[in-house]
Amino acid sequence: MIVELGHFVLILALGLSILQSFVPLIGARRQDAGLMHLGSVAALATFIAISASFAALTYAYVNSDFSVVNVWQNSHTDKPLLYKITGVWGNHEGSMLLWVLILALFSALLAAFAQNIPSSLKANVLAVQGWITVSFLLFILFTSNPFQRLAVVPPQGSDLNPILQDIGLAIHPPLLYVGYVGFSLTFSFAVAAMISGRIDGAWARFVRPWALVAWIFLTAGIAMGSYWAYYELGWGGWWFWDPVENASFMPWLAGTALIHSALVMEKRDALKIWTVLLALLTFSLSLLGTFIVRSGVLTSVHSFASDPSRGVFILAILLIFIGGSFALFALRAGTLQQGGLFQPLSREGALVFNNLFMAVSCATVLVGTLYPLFLEAVDGSKISVGPPYFNLTFVPLMIPILMAVPFGPLLSWKRADFLPVLQRLYFIAGAALITVITVLAYSSDAPVLAAVAVGLAVWVMIGAFAEIYQRANVRSFSATIIWARLRGLPGSVWGTAFAHFGLGVLVLGIVGATAFSSETGKAMKPLEQMQIEEYTLIHNGARRIKGPNFIADELQVSVQKDGVEIFRLVPSKRVYTASGTPTTEAAIRTIGFSQLYISVGDTDKEGRTVVRAWWKSQVLLVWLGPILMAFGGFFSLCDRRLRIGAPTAPKTRRKPAHA
Amino acid sequence: MHKGFSSLLACFLLFMSIIPSFAVNPDEVLSDPALEARARSLSAEIRCLVCQNQSIDDSDAQLARDLRLLVREQLVEGASDEEILDFLVARYGEFVLLKPPVNLRTYFLWGIPFLLVGLGMIAIWRFSNARKVETGSVSKLSEEEKQRLSKLLDE
Repeated sequence: MIVELGHFVLILALGLSILQSFVPLIGARRQDAGLMHLGSVAALATFIAISASFAALTYAYVNSDFSVVNVWQNSHTDKPLLYKITGVWGNHEGSMLLWVLILALFSALLAAFAQNIPSSLKANVLAVQGWITVSFLLFILFTSNPFQRLAVVPPQGSDLNPILQDIGLAIHPPLLYVGYVGFSLTFSFAVAAMISGRIDGAWARFVRPWALVAWIFLTAGIAMGSYWAYYELGWGGWWFWDPVENASFMPWLAGTALIHSALVMEKRDALKIWTVLLALLTFSLSLLGTFIVRSGVLTSVHSFASDPSRGVFILAILLIFIGGSFALFALRAGTLQQGGLFQPLSREGALVFNNLFMAVSCATVLVGTLYPLFLEAVDGSKISVGPPYFNLTFVPLMIPILMAVPFGPLLSWKRADFLPVLQRLYFIAGAALITVITVLAYSSDAPVLAAVAVGLAVWVMIGAFAEIYQRANVRSFSATIIWARLRGLPGSVWGTAFAHFGLGVLVLGIVGATAFSSETGKAMKPLEQMQIEEYTLIHNGARRIKGPNFIADELQVSVQKDGVEIFRLVPSKRVYTASGTPTTEAAIRTIGFSQLYISVGDTDKEGRTVVRAWWKSQVLLVWLGPILMAFGGFFSLCDRRLRIGAPTAPKTRRKPAHA
Repeated sequence: MHKGFSSLLACFLLFMSIIPSFAVNPDEVLSDPALEARARSLSAEIRCLVCQNQSIDDSDAQLARDLRLLVREQLVEGASDEEILDFLVARYGEFVLLKPPVNLRTYFLWGIPFLLVGLGMIAIWRFSNARKVETGSVSKLSEEEKQRLSKLLDE
C-alpha cells in the first residue's frame, strides 16, 4: 500500500512540476504576481511530493519488502539498518530518485528563501527548474521506476554490492548530488536571464551564493568519494582518472571557474558573456556526467546499472537542455552590453588567467574522457586514455594556476601595480625556497622535483594569507588595531584565504603521497616480520569471524617500533554470504598526517599470507585540503553581502583597507 | 632560464606520472631494484584488459598478474621499454596502452591543451584590443564618473 502511495505521489509530483514549469513563466510575462507566486507554491509542493515518494521507497527498504523489484535486487534481511537505508540510493532507480529529490529541494529553497530576487526573475528560474524536474521525473517513471512490483514475492533479497555496504555510501552520493544538482540553479538562472534579456552585475550577485553552495558540496563530495575509494579498494589509490570520477570533476572545474568569474561580473560588471556561458556549461557537464554514469557508455567501476534505453533517454534530455540553452545563448550573447574595463594586470586579469587555465583543464579532461568513444565511432579503433595521459596534461595546466594564486587577491581591481605586489611576495617566495632546501637537506632520497613541488605548495599556502596580512596591516604592531581590522575583514576575504590555503594543502598531500611514500609486501607465516619505514610488522596469527552478513578472515598484525609494540592492526578479507562476493578491508593507522596502510592478499598452501603495507606520507592532506577549500567557500557564503535573503547591508559598509 | 624551466617541468611530470601501486605480489618482485622500478612504471601504463579502467599494476586479476610476469621476464632478458610495449600492442592492440601513442589519430587528443591555451590567449588578446578601441569612443569624463560612482557605492 505504502509503495503504491509512493508511486502515486511521484506521478503527482510530475503533475505539480508541469505546473511549475509554465505557470510562473506566464506570470512573469504578464507581470501577474499571483501566477508567479503559484510557481513557488508548485515548487514547494513538488518537493513535498517527491520527499514522500522517497520516504515510501525507504520504508520498503527498511521493512525488506521484496515484492518490490528494486528492494529485492538490492537488499537483504541480514543487512544492517544503515545499509538498508543507504541501499535506497545504492542502485540506479533509487539514485535517480535522490537526484530529482535534490533538484526539487533546490527549487523549493529558492522558492522559499530567495526574497531579494526580482519576482519575475525568480519565476523564470523556477520555471526552468520545473522543466528539468519534469524531464527527470519522466525518465524515472518510464525507464527507471523504483516502485515496480513482483508477482511472486521472493523470500530473500539478492543483497547490495558489498563494496557499497559502507558508511561512504551514506555520505558520498548525497554530498556529490547536492553539488552536481545544485548547479542546476545556476543553469536555470542563466536561462531565465536570457529569456528576460537582463543580465548584469546584480544577476551575478543572485547566482553566486547558489553556485558557492553547489561548489562546497561538490568539493566535499569528491573528496569523500576519493577517501572512500582509498580505504575500500584495498590498495591505497585515491584518484584514478576513472570516467565517473572525471564526470564529477569536470563540473567541479567549470564550477570553480564560475565562482571566480561571477566575482568579476558582480564587482565590475565585466565578463558577462563568459560567466553566463560557464553557468550553462557547469550544469551541462553535470548532465553529461549523469549520462556517462547512468548509461554505462564508458565502463567504470562505478556504474552499478547500465542499460542502453536509459542511456538514450538521458541523451535526449542532455541534447534538449544543452542544445536549447546554447541556442538561446547564441541568440542573446550579441545583445549583452559589456561593462567594466580593466588592464591585463589587475584583479580581473588574474581571474581571467584563472578561468583560462581552469577551462582548458576542464576541456582536456572532457576530451580525454570521451576520446576513446569518439575515435571508436569515427574509425572503429579502440584506444585507452588512462591516468598517464591525464597526469601529463592536467598537471602542467595546474602549475601556472598554482604559481599565480598568491598574486590574485593582492592585485587591485581595474589596474594594478605589479612591483608592490611582487615586493610583498618576496618574503613568501623566500619561505618557499627555504622549504625546498630544507626538504632536500633532510631527506636524502627525495627527488629534487618533489622538493620543488613542496616549495610550490608552501608558496600557495602562505601566499593565501598575504591579502589578510596586508589588509590587517600587521606591521603596525598594535594588537588592537590588527584585531579590529581582522574582525572587520569581509567573510569573502577569509573565504578566499582558506580556500587557497586548502589548495596548497592539497598539493602538499599529493606530493607527499606520491613522492615520499613507500610500500612493501611479503608472504608471511605466523611470527614472521617485515619492515616498513621505522615500523616492524609481525604476523600475529589469523582468525575467522562471522559478521552480520559476511565471513571475515582477519589477520592480527603487531606493529612495533624499537622492539616495542605500539599498536595492532587487523586487516581482513571478507566474503559476503548472500552473493559470495569477496572484499578487502584494509587496516589503517593515522600517524600525524601520514598513514600506515595494511591489506592482506591470498594465503598459500603452506600457510603464508601475502601482507602488503604502505607508508602513505602526508596522505590525509589530500582530503584535508578540499575540506579546507569547502570551509573557505562556507566562509564566503556567510559574508553578509552575499547572504541569501539577508536584510540589506547597513549603509556604512566597511571600507576595505586599501581600496 | 627558459630551458631550465622546461626540463624542470619535464622531470616534474615524470615523477607525477609514476603513481605508487599495489597489486604486485611479493614473489613477482625482481631482485634488481632498477629493473623492478622500470617494471613498475611500465606496468602503470599497461591496461588490464579484463578489468575496468585499471592498470596491470593495480589489478588483482589473473591476466594482470600474467602480464606483470611477462613484463618482468622480458625486462630480465634485456628488452627495452619500447620493445615490451610494442610486443603488447602487437598482441592486444593499442587498447592495451593507458598512455595513447602520439600519432595521426591522437594529435587532437594530445594537442588539445596547447591548442586551447593558445586559442584562449588569442581570444583574450583580441577581445581586450577590441575593447581598447571601444574605449577611445567613450569620453574620459564618463569613465571618471563611473569611477566616482563605484567609489561612492563602495563607501
